[in-house]
Amino acid sequence: MESLTLTDVEQKYYSDLFIYCDTDNTKKVASNGRALDLFRAAQLPSEVVLQITELCGATRLGHFGRSQFYIALKLIAIAQSGLPLRVESLNSVKDLPLPRFVVGKNEAEARHAALYQDSDSQGLYPASAAAVMPRPPGRGLQNKKGTPSATSLPAHEVIQPLAPSIEPQPEPTSPVVSPQQSPPTSPPSWRKHKRQTSGGNVDRPAVVAPTGAVWTHFREPQAGPVPADGMWPSHSPPPPGQESWVSFTADTPPSIPGMHPSSVQESTTIRTVASAAMTNEIQRQSSGYDDPWKITDEQRQYYINQFKTIQPDLTGFIPGSAAKEFFTKSKLPILELSHIWELSDFDKDGALTLDEFCAAFHLVVARKNGYDLPEKLPESLMPKLIDLDDSAEGSEQTADVGYSGSPVEVTPSKSPSMPSLNQAWPEMNQSNEQWETFSERSSSSQTLTQFDSNIAPADPDTAIVHPVPIRMTPSKIHMQEMELKRTGSDHNHPTSPLLAEPPELSDEANLPASLKFVAANTVGDGYSSSDSFTSDQEPTTRQRSQSGTSPEALKVVAPPPPPPRPNASHSRSSSLDMNRTFAAAAVAGQPQSSTIAYPPAVPPRPLPTQTSAPHTGHRAEAEGASGGGAALSTTTSPQQIPQQPNFADFSQFQAFAASEQPSSLPEVDIHSEPGQVEKTSEGAGPLRTVKSDGQADERASATVNSAKGSGSGSGSGSGSGPLAPPPKPVRRRLKSEDELRPEDEQHGPQKSNVIAAVLATQPSIPRSVGKDKKAIQASIRRNKETNTVLARLNSELQQQLKDLLEERISLEVQLEQLRPFSHL
Amino acid sequence: MAVCIAVIAKENYPLYIRSVPTQNELKFHYTVHTSLDVVEEKISAVGKSLGDQRELYLGLLYPTEDYKVYGYVTNSKVKFVIVVDSSNTSLRDNEIRSMFRKLHNSFTDVMCNPFHSPGNTIQSKAFDGIVSGMMVQTASTV
Repeated sequence: MESLTLTDVEQKYYSDLFIYCDTDNTKKVASNGRALDLFRAAQLPSEVVLQITELCGATRLGHFGRSQFYIALKLIAIAQSGLPLRVESLNSVKDLPLPRFVVGKNEAEARHAALYQDSDSQGLYPASAAAVMPRPPGRGLQNKKGTPSATSLPAHEVIQPLAPSIEPQPEPTSPVVSPQQSPPTSPPSWRKHKRQTSGGNVDRPAVVAPTGAVWTHFREPQAGPVPADGMWPSHSPPPPGQESWVSFTADTPPSIPGMHPSSVQESTTIRTVASAAMTNEIQRQSSGYDDPWKITDEQRQYYINQFKTIQPDLTGFIPGSAAKEFFTKSKLPILELSHIWELSDFDKDGALTLDEFCAAFHLVVARKNGYDLPEKLPESLMPKLIDLDDSAEGSEQTADVGYSGSPVEVTPSKSPSMPSLNQAWPEMNQSNEQWETFSERSSSSQTLTQFDSNIAPADPDTAIVHPVPIRMTPSKIHMQEMELKRTGSDHNHPTSPLLAEPPELSDEANLPASLKFVAANTVGDGYSSSDSFTSDQEPTTRQRSQSGTSPEALKVVAPPPPPPRPNASHSRSSSLDMNRTFAAAAVAGQPQSSTIAYPPAVPPRPLPTQTSAPHTGHRAEAEGASGGGAALSTTTSPQQIPQQPNFADFSQFQAFAASEQPSSLPEVDIHSEPGQVEKTSEGAGPLRTVKSDGQADERASATVNSAKGSGSGSGSGSGSGPLAPPPKPVRRRLKSEDELRPEDEQHGPQKSNVIAAVLATQPSIPRSVGKDKKAIQASIRRNKETNTVLARLNSELQQQLKDLLEERISLEVQLEQLRPFSHL
Repeated sequence: MAVCIAVIAKENYPLYIRSVPTQNELKFHYTVHTSLDVVEEKISAVGKSLGDQRELYLGLLYPTEDYKVYGYVTNSKVKFVIVVDSSNTSLRDNEIRSMFRKLHNSFTDVMCNPFHSPGNTIQSKAFDGIVSGMMVQTASTV
């Protein structure tokens, strides 16, 4: 018999009753006194009552312990429902309505007082924590209400476990409502009262049953202490309760004061007359009271209106501060408001969307009406998009995430760093539908992405080119433009030659400038990196780039723009990239430059001829159009890769020229030369010319490379012809060769030497191929420039590497610092 | 599973401290207090070298024979201290880190609550829940 299983509702109800009866705070209920009164109030025959007391063991003990009391209550319920009193039935009866006790008015008052006292002893409340829903409140309320309620009371002063629902106080025992306690009783009275008083709220009256149900639900989830009893009596009658609904909206004062007394008594929570609110809600929810937290349409509409007063945009957010002010008006304790906020701010962004606001408001109302706050946000209050992205909502709701898109985005961003972001969101996404917000954000991010991608084309080269800032002297912007265009035109290079004239002109303009640049060793642009060769390359590269860009109408190339960018790309990228770049540039530039190269090429010629005479002769013969620019070697090496054959030819040629290079080079040269010759002969249109020039340049460069290689005495290494590695070593050798050469004629940067070498070879080139020679020379210069640029880039990268290594070391040291205790 | 979890404000007064109730809480309070010195030392040391960039997770602050103390400090100088039992050797660094991360997230949520004034003790039930989840599950359910 002792093993009594009670439902939560029963538990709460019984504990309330127990506490009510336990006037002595001894956790025992005397057989006489309240308990007996209570039992008598059950409207059972006295024999039944006696039987019950016997069964529960109170007669043995002489008093009602808690368990006995509970058993007795349950037996009363059983008896009231007409079931035979049996011990076994204690646990077997399912859905037993709570015992009903009819209380007389005086009794109610007495109890009311008792309740007040009880409320003080909250500790008495059962640990079940269910908020004690005190009947007394109902009674108390009734009492408070005074006459009106009193008069109405008798009609139904039955402390119904649940009340009821509706006016007639029907058997509140409707299973659904049964769990509820006192409040139900009050509702009826309230209802009447409300009808009398409440004008404003429509459905207020008599939401008993739903309220009861809601009550139950409130009780169950709630774990927090609800001093209920005390509160109850203190709760103001319905009107205030009703108003409490709206209370803290604007006309708070009227209702609030009414509730104050209760709040005063209440230590933690203010419960307005639960019944009042409950009745309202119950009425509203009469249809769906199974979900006590559901917001009815009317309520929602009301909430929405309130939301509008704060935030006109229904899809917007209410910032935390505004919400705080608003809800503070409800006079709930800050702690409770804080808890309500925790529950309702679903996405934890510090702001309330409409859904969140409605949930919070609903919770506040419920709280004011005596409902205990749930530990977890009820599902019906989960933020749902009011409007709908049905799909989004559906998915989100099912996921219990509440807000659709935003929670997905928001919740992940719960990291400490995110709060700011989350808070930024409200401003950003003024959309009730987080989905939209999400999409907006995504779109914005997409736009951002696009933007990045737009920049990408321009940047890659620069990024790839060189991590080191280009020391461009003159027009950085210009260079950037060049770079951009070059980037864009890289792919166009093959076609740029087709454009022929303008690019050539521009190239020509650049070429002379570059040449001058080279000649004067005015790497003042900063190109004169440690490697004059690279500086050589730079101008050439620039020219190339310029030529590339020229097709795009970049005709402002006249001033020798420092070529850094294009070169940088070369240096940074893999050799292949460089090759491509070079190739493109070469193709584009060389043909153009070749045509334009003539005039500038002339001056240096005499010098180079002096030194390079020995091998220029050979080269000149072999190459014709192939401007054997030593400078070109390096730059062209990348170009060479696609042009391996030329290179091979060149090497062969070098062999002829008594170079030590493997035959491959000479072969390349040889091959290239014939080709060049043929092509030059063809030179029908500018296209062909350009192409041939390009090829010639390339070949020339190849030959130059080979020549240089031979000149320097270093085996080209490109034994088998098209080999990537060989060009590089050859390049270097050529480079060194250039360095050697400069001493002879142009002591300036290597590029000048290279150019000199190239030029030297040029004279030997049959004048008939002058045009090709020019092109070759131009290409040579370009290559030289590229080489210099590359060398510079290389040095810069080396520097960066050193820096990074240092940084790494420092980081490691720091790590060690942070680790001292880790050994422990 | 922690034995004691504490949140200390920038001014080094506790915002929240919770211990396993079975043990002498005063001992943990004292431990947390002394660990603040180590925390200060760590953040000042790291600050010099790296400037702003500082790891939030401080790692093991110091061990005693009974327990180990881990620290974590946010960018706003709010410190989290976790005391774990030394006998619980199965706790890895990653787990401690994840505990701190959870704490930090919960703390952030608390801060986002407009009804919470920074500097007040933390009374958030959600935060309590998180902390309880991390505490050693003792037989006595508090």
